[in-house]
Amino acid sequence: MEPFLSITEIAAPLEIADIDTDMLFPAAFLKTVKRNGLSKALFYNMRVEQPDFVLNKSPWDRAGILIALHNFGCGSSREHAPWALMDFGIKCIIAPSFAEIFQGNCFKTGILPIELDEGEVKLLLSEAKDPATAMMKVDLEDQMITRAKGQRLPFSVDPQRRQRLLHGTDDIELSLAHVEDMTRHEQRSAEAQPWLKPIPAELP
Amino acid sequence: MSSPRTLYQKIWDSHVVAALSDEERLIQVDRHLVYEVTSPQAFEGLRAAGRKVRRPDLTLAVADHNVPTEGRAGGIASIKDPDSRLQVMTLERNAAETGVRYVPLTNPRQGIVHVVGPELGLTLPGSVIVCGDSHTSTHGAFGALAFGIGTSEVEHVLATQTLIQKPSRNMLVRVNGKLGPGVTAKDVILYIIGVIGTGGGTGHVIEYAGDVIERLDMAARMTICNMTVEAGARTGLIGPDETTFAFLADKPLAPQGAEFEAAKAYWSSLRSDEGARYDRTVEIDGSAIEPMVTWGTTPEAVTTIGGSAPDPAQEPDPLRRKQVARMLDYMGLRAGMPLAGIPVDVVFIGSCTNSRIEDLRAAASIARGRKVADHVRALVVPGSGSVKAQGEAEGLDRIFLEAGFEWRDSGCSMCLGLNPDRLEPGQRCASTSNRNFEGRQGVGGRTHLVSPTMAAAAAINGCLSDVRELA
Ligand code: SF4
Repeated sequence: MEPFLSITEIAAPLEIADIDTDMLFPAAFLKTVKRNGLSKALFYNMRVEQPDFVLNKSPWDRAGILIALHNFGCGSSREHAPWALMDFGIKCIIAPSFAEIFQGNCFKTGILPIELDEGEVKLLLSEAKDPATAMMKVDLEDQMITRAKGQRLPFSVDPQRRQRLLHGTDDIELSLAHVEDMTRHEQRSAEAQPWLKPIPAELP
Repeated sequence: MSSPRTLYQKIWDSHVVAALSDEERLIQVDRHLVYEVTSPQAFEGLRAAGRKVRRPDLTLAVADHNVPTEGRAGGIASIKDPDSRLQVMTLERNAAETGVRYVPLTNPRQGIVHVVGPELGLTLPGSVIVCGDSHTSTHGAFGALAFGIGTSEVEHVLATQTLIQKPSRNMLVRVNGKLGPGVTAKDVILYIIGVIGTGGGTGHVIEYAGDVIERLDMAARMTICNMTVEAGARTGLIGPDETTFAFLADKPLAPQGAEFEAAKAYWSSLRSDEGARYDRTVEIDGSAIEPMVTWGTTPEAVTTIGGSAPDPAQEPDPLRRKQVARMLDYMGLRAGMPLAGIPVDVVFIGSCTNSRIEDLRAAASIARGRKVADHVRALVVPGSGSVKAQGEAEGLDRIFLEAGFEWRDSGCSMCLGLNPDRLEPGQRCASTSNRNFEGRQGVGGRTHLVSPTMAAAAAINGCLSDVRELA
């Protein structure tokens, strides 16, 4: 995963609540065994059916930030959604709230999901609508958004997730440092709950 | 004496492998379910990093999303779409290469992973079960901590048999009293989502309790836990009881004999303690619940079958007004329109929410001796090969076929339309699945979520209708 330090990008306003993973990445595109090059699928139905959909229009077709309303990313656990966002160039999403699995998937993909008050989100939404003020800077080290005219807006993210994003940490490597704990726990649980057996190679 | 704990906290405590920070823990995973859509990139990542699957013997792979619902006996060759076939073949190859357990397409039990797991007896109380699919919550019906994960986490579990987790908050939803006639578990969970909203459960694990829940069979409990994610919650949980133990007693991979008794003693301890603290408690009056139907494109856009589509003009919040108008527009409904009587083109009875034998029996009880309306295509898709065989042994297939329903092979089918079963643009469907998002069942398709009996009633009448008037 690429480290996330600071970005200065155009923000695209998407004034919709409950943006679900079927909008973000329609199921028809799920038949892939790849994780790269998926931006074609991003918001596919909306981009095709609505010529004036914000990501179809300049300058937002080059957006690196997405601003939307509450419960962003609800629905399925498909990580294809953040993969497609990343491939499109979106590195940060700002919303009043996120669906949990999606939010976790963003951090794993290297996308920063920022939760702000609804009022703050609406303010940023209105600025993003105007090409003159749509450019924003998001700095994860300072946890600060700098708006087009220089006003600053602080945000906060989970400290551990922030650290891992800043360093582009490989979670698996981090966990494998505890391999002895894993073995010990597996033995302990085999004793405490012997009925949690391995699954036989030949299924009944 | 330790302080009183919730069921969730008990399972959590017994699965902590190591502390990573103040809050983050490495959590042991007892069962890992994988399927063809969200796992290829995880296996690929593992391979690229030169890592091995730590516990292939705790991992079960089943292809369900892409599989066709006819001609299954033909195995892989029955999959016409090349992309779908490649995904299923990739799963098969990954399982063969890593030793991960695999249920082949031609296995008589084959079906939706969340239906097959419990049928095998893999889903046991007190265990931690994960899968790269949000409806893993289904298994919470057994008092297992079961939740959906993304593909990076699938890779993490493959490599370590653990996950990095922070504890969730605890919510208790108590459903009191008694359900009225014609009201099912599906109506209960749709009602609950209507009360707490699609974001209402965020950050929480929801434990269900109360008279209504206690009286539900396992299939019904699975329906409730299945859709708990539609309320934004991490997962749902129901404390194991005699109903749970009776279900497990004859399952092939559940413990047997003396071991079953030992397990039962342990499982019986998996109840929330008296005085355990919940961050939020919601009381629901079960007798107030009626047969429900969704009118919009999120599961919280739900009302009773006697209700009507809302009027956006009545919404005080301008953004909400826009959202309601947008949903009505997509669904092709007018403000104030009564839902009963709206014609449907398709009826889908299936999905991990409602495709168990109990669901099919309920639907068949409405279909028996009646005919599907001429203009309606009605599909019955059993959740697994075992459900299909059981249905045929009971003669449910004949009831459905005589009434004009299609009786198909198992799989996810029209729940999300990855296989050939999908809605055409503009088609309206009464569906027993769990998501009514735009395009979920096919681009431009319109979904009304209902219970199996309500779906059967819609097929017979050709329109959304109150099952209580047919029964
Ligand atoms: S039936 Fe539907 S919700 Fe369930 S696993 Fe399959 S696609 Fe997902």
